[in-house]
Amino acid sequence: MARTAAERRQTRLAYGLIAPATLLILLIYIGPIIVVFAMSLTDYTLVSDYYEFVGLENYSRMLEEEPFRNALLNTFIYAGFLAPLAFGLGLIIAIAIQERKQFRSILEVLFFLPVTATLTAMALVWAALMDSRQGVLNGTLDLMGLPVLNWLGSPDLVLISLAIISLWALVGFNMVLFLAGLTAIPKSLYDAAAVDGADGAVDKFLRVTWPMLGPTAMFVAVTTSITAFKIFDTVAVLTQGGPNRASEVYLYLAYLEGFEYFNMGYSAALSLIFLIIVFAFALIQALFIDRKVHY
Amino acid sequence: MAEVSTSAPIGLAFRLTPRRIAFHLGTLFLFLGAWIMIFPFIWMVSSSLKPTDEVFDSNFTIWPQTFAGFDNYYKVLFEQPYLTFLMNSFIVCAGILVVQLLTAIPAAYALAKLKFRGSTILFGAVLAGITIPINVTSIPIYVGIVKVGLLDTYVAMMFPFFVSVFAIFLFRQFFRTFPDSIIQAARVDGFTEIEIILRLIIPSAVPAIAAFSVFSFVAHWNDLYWPLIVVTSQEKMTATLSMLQYQSAFDNDYGGAFAAATVITAPMVIAFLLARRLLISGITMTGVKG
Repeated sequence: MARTAAERRQTRLAYGLIAPATLLILLIYIGPIIVVFAMSLTDYTLVSDYYEFVGLENYSRMLEEEPFRNALLNTFIYAGFLAPLAFGLGLIIAIAIQERKQFRSILEVLFFLPVTATLTAMALVWAALMDSRQGVLNGTLDLMGLPVLNWLGSPDLVLISLAIISLWALVGFNMVLFLAGLTAIPKSLYDAAAVDGADGAVDKFLRVTWPMLGPTAMFVAVTTSITAFKIFDTVAVLTQGGPNRASEVYLYLAYLEGFEYFNMGYSAALSLIFLIIVFAFALIQALFIDRKVHY
Repeated sequence: MAEVSTSAPIGLAFRLTPRRIAFHLGTLFLFLGAWIMIFPFIWMVSSSLKPTDEVFDSNFTIWPQTFAGFDNYYKVLFEQPYLTFLMNSFIVCAGILVVQLLTAIPAAYALAKLKFRGSTILFGAVLAGITIPINVTSIPIYVGIVKVGLLDTYVAMMFPFFVSVFAIFLFRQFFRTFPDSIIQAARVDGFTEIEIILRLIIPSAVPAIAAFSVFSFVAHWNDLYWPLIVVTSQEKMTATLSMLQYQSAFDNDYGGAFAAATVITAPMVIAFLLARRLLISGITMTGVKG
């Protein structure tokens, strides 16, 4: 294949343009992933440079040890509470705001505000609001004649309390995604559905909104689940996994093992399993979106 | 809707049908929800203006009974190192953003408009990279940083974010829509590829670049995980990280604690209010178009 000098020059230039990014991708993504895998097969600790190949021992240790099961279960409970609520409320709020054009801007701002706020700082505020003795939340419950709750101090409630804080921080993000999806639905579809007799809110939702929102809904469901699985900040700031490991979630356990106890081999194995979970979610989304294209 | 209500008699528009009652109740609930969303902010700012013993007073008032705002903020800004923390956060976020743009824009242009061997592999790596969170790669990167002796430096705080695969993906999608005919014409006119990027491509992608910039800045300002791992001294502490430290000092100076929380939250909240459209369009780009 004869190539012109101009083409060859363009190719050389292309390599020049991608070189910095490619080098960094190798250093930041590809290299570390390979090293994480290799490390997960050893008993490497940062403290000593001597380490041994231990095969799959780190992985079998996970299956045997209570902290791993505990962290996985905690994360699932937390995510199982947070993800459906963040999805459902995000959708309901978006539809409600969409129908109230005159308030749309102000409501959008108010609901979105927590998304950009620094969660680490706001977590301190939530801890104060959830304080068992003097907090505003218990004050309100007390005022309504309801029993007060030990929000962050009770092992049974702490995951739910953390999920409430995350819900507050996340719902506006989902709302914005849903609003974008809703805006993209042509009005003519609603008119057509109305001619067919669908003019109630529920009818409109089931016949037009929900089917047309498919790809957006899938995207929101997947990103919300992944975000829920990644909970770390509020645990690190507020509970440090307590009380009594009741809020020790997956990434916090991986962090403790790797950076507090320096069990880097074991922590690497935990990281890889985490990556597989995230990949599984991403795969579901990719498969679904390929299959379901409306236009 | 508007046409119907103007042509209908005035009285009819105000008659409360069950549907209209439901509509107004919905509006009420929305504003109630919005109040819950902003109440933590109101409570935070209010507490930052109060003396410590009033913060947890059982009669909560939005405006403090004893105004201690001046004391609290003076302490945070001038007696405690919060200005240093804010500056550290700013330096790290700005450094990350500049390098991200410098690495992502050329790569995205090459992927979008130039033919070269390996482009599919590179694009595949970009897509795979989008799903890999920092939590997975943190151990090898941390060990590498320790080995080269860069722990507790700005470089260490920025390094894992020097390339944003997400930015490469986003910009590639944007650059692809730029007409090839214009690029060809520019080449004929003697533009080099660098000039094409600087004078044609970048100006056409300003919305995407601006949206990504806000997005990146907010994300790294709010990040706790990575600074927690690589920062070991007070001198390099970021604003977010300082909140973790405040937990211990939390018991004795509530007013000061919430003044600090306000100071740390304020920049991103203000940035959002100023660049609301940009940020929201950025999020929409990630989801609906991506």
